[in-house]
Amino acid sequence: MNRRNGLLQRRASIIPGFGLTFGITLFALCVLVLVPLSAVFVKTAGMGWQAYADVALSSRALKAYKLSFGASAIAASINAVFGLMTAWVLVRYDFAGKRVISALVDLPFALPTAVAGIALTALYAPNGWLGRWLVPHGIEVAFHPLGIVVALTFVGLPFVVRTVEPVLADLGADVEEAAASLGASRFQTFRRVIFPAIAPALATGFALAFARAVGEYGSVIFIAGNMPYKSEIAPLLIIIQLEQFNYAGATAIAATMLVASFLLLLAINLLQGWQRRRMAS
Amino acid sequence: MRNIVSAHIIARRVALAMVASLALPGAAPAATVSLLNVSYDPTRELYKDINTAFARQWKAKTGDDVVINQSHGGSGKQARSVIDGLQADVVTLALAYDIDAIAEKAQLLPTTWQARMPENSTPYYSTIVFLVRKGNPKAIRDWDDLVKPGVQVITPNPKTSGGARWNFLAAWGYAQKKYGSPKAAQDFVTKLYKNVPVLDSGARGSTTTFAERGLGDVLLAWENEATLANKELGAGKFEVVVPSVSIRAEPPVAVIDKVVDKRGTRKVAEAYLNYLYTPEAQEIIARDGYRPVNKAVAAKYAGNFPNVSLFTIDHNFGGWKKTQTLFFNDGGLFDQIFDAAKR
Repeated sequence: MNRRNGLLQRRASIIPGFGLTFGITLFALCVLVLVPLSAVFVKTAGMGWQAYADVALSSRALKAYKLSFGASAIAASINAVFGLMTAWVLVRYDFAGKRVISALVDLPFALPTAVAGIALTALYAPNGWLGRWLVPHGIEVAFHPLGIVVALTFVGLPFVVRTVEPVLADLGADVEEAAASLGASRFQTFRRVIFPAIAPALATGFALAFARAVGEYGSVIFIAGNMPYKSEIAPLLIIIQLEQFNYAGATAIAATMLVASFLLLLAINLLQGWQRRRMAS
Repeated sequence: MRNIVSAHIIARRVALAMVASLALPGAAPAATVSLLNVSYDPTRELYKDINTAFARQWKAKTGDDVVINQSHGGSGKQARSVIDGLQADVVTLALAYDIDAIAEKAQLLPTTWQARMPENSTPYYSTIVFLVRKGNPKAIRDWDDLVKPGVQVITPNPKTSGGARWNFLAAWGYAQKKYGSPKAAQDFVTKLYKNVPVLDSGARGSTTTFAERGLGDVLLAWENEATLANKELGAGKFEVVVPSVSIRAEPPVAVIDKVVDKRGTRKVAEAYLNYLYTPEAQEIIARDGYRPVNKAVAAKYAGNFPNVSLFTIDHNFGGWKKTQTLFFNDGGLFDQIFDAAKR
């Protein structure tokens, strides 16, 4: 666990084969991740700075990034709250139909995203089951940015639940009982005992849900409305570039999104590391 | 969804190829050839009918069996698949620009392809009409009614949909004819697109938005699509309104030279496309809602196709290449509508 001993620990590992497994890992990462992604950057590098800026940094593209990253952040935050709650319920309580609920959580993983998008649109459209009641009250979901958040929340839900669940299960009720017997209030128990323990897992779940949402296309496209400057997501701009047979333009936007996503995920990772170290000390 | 469809088509092609290879070594002199026709979305039913009829005719003429596989999807996406290596013997796409792209980006056929077959390589055409709700509550009769305040127009995004480009140009052509200047036309379409609440990425998406989600007062659609939607998505729920002026929407066809020469299918591929111009095929075309180019067949089915004054892309806009750059590429007139309004 102690970071300063990391190197020593590797040498002392009782399981052999570090060189081999590390080599395979590197190779697999290169083939599966690095090569396709560097192709994006190579293609982008082929265009001049001006051409790049015209496509990837236009006011319309900036608006689309803002929408994509903003809606993803909101959706991931909603998932962090409700995903934590769902995980809590699944771990701490026994009730009839628990297996069914647990299976339902994974459904957004399995469902083709286009199906999710069409179903949500049908539900929230002005003539849909929910839209019929919401629209008269001025709450427009389908074909508005709010619809994007709804779709992204749907596809991101399992990430938080599934990352937090095992940590919560590991924590055990005895820790809570110990806190209670030492005089902690329920809120104090949550705030000072449970939350610090699950925070890294929660952050991971948030990051995964966020990353998934940023790249999501299939479900959003049906519910978004796709109006330029209003409800146009960045992945749609990539498709638009492809429709113009402008491969370089498409990769320019893709590369910009990749860099932004990478920086955000890196920041979340660093935050997590800092949190873990603080916990350890 | 399209990926599922094309995966299904690939699976079917593999299955057919296996069946074909099993059948081949037999003593029968008849050979089996297969063609791949890469087309756009709404022609699925049309080519199902055409392919059956052509296979029958080809068998009678040459004794060979021909299996024609179909691939459907957004026109631009289909063109990209061919550029990226999909082995299409023939393409039958929604607009010449997409076949131009195949000629220019991948050099799979000469750039002069459109002059190789009659009628600009267009064996059938259509036009842009309006689909309105039953009883036409907003009294939509012509293009001018679409820019009125309070009228919601459903049309897909011309940046992602070939069909939507025809819609845009139809409106533009009407305004230019009626109001005279390109500036007036631009004002007209700007007003029109301000009445558009949703830009779906494809034509079928817009049809769903209008017919199933109940959004909008009028759907801009190809005549064959409007007729089909009217028939299949609820008879009596919609009405087709034909405007005074519209565009001649020409979905052209072409043989992909590099592919047919490699696969040795040039003869049958050319016969297949030429077949589209025969009276027999023209009848099928007319029955499936496309306007036939054959005069006799057109006269026979005149009752199905209301008289409307049609302008062409070549005459009014100087061809697709010019049109694409001026209107639909980045920073073009279509983008300017939103850049001005939504900043």
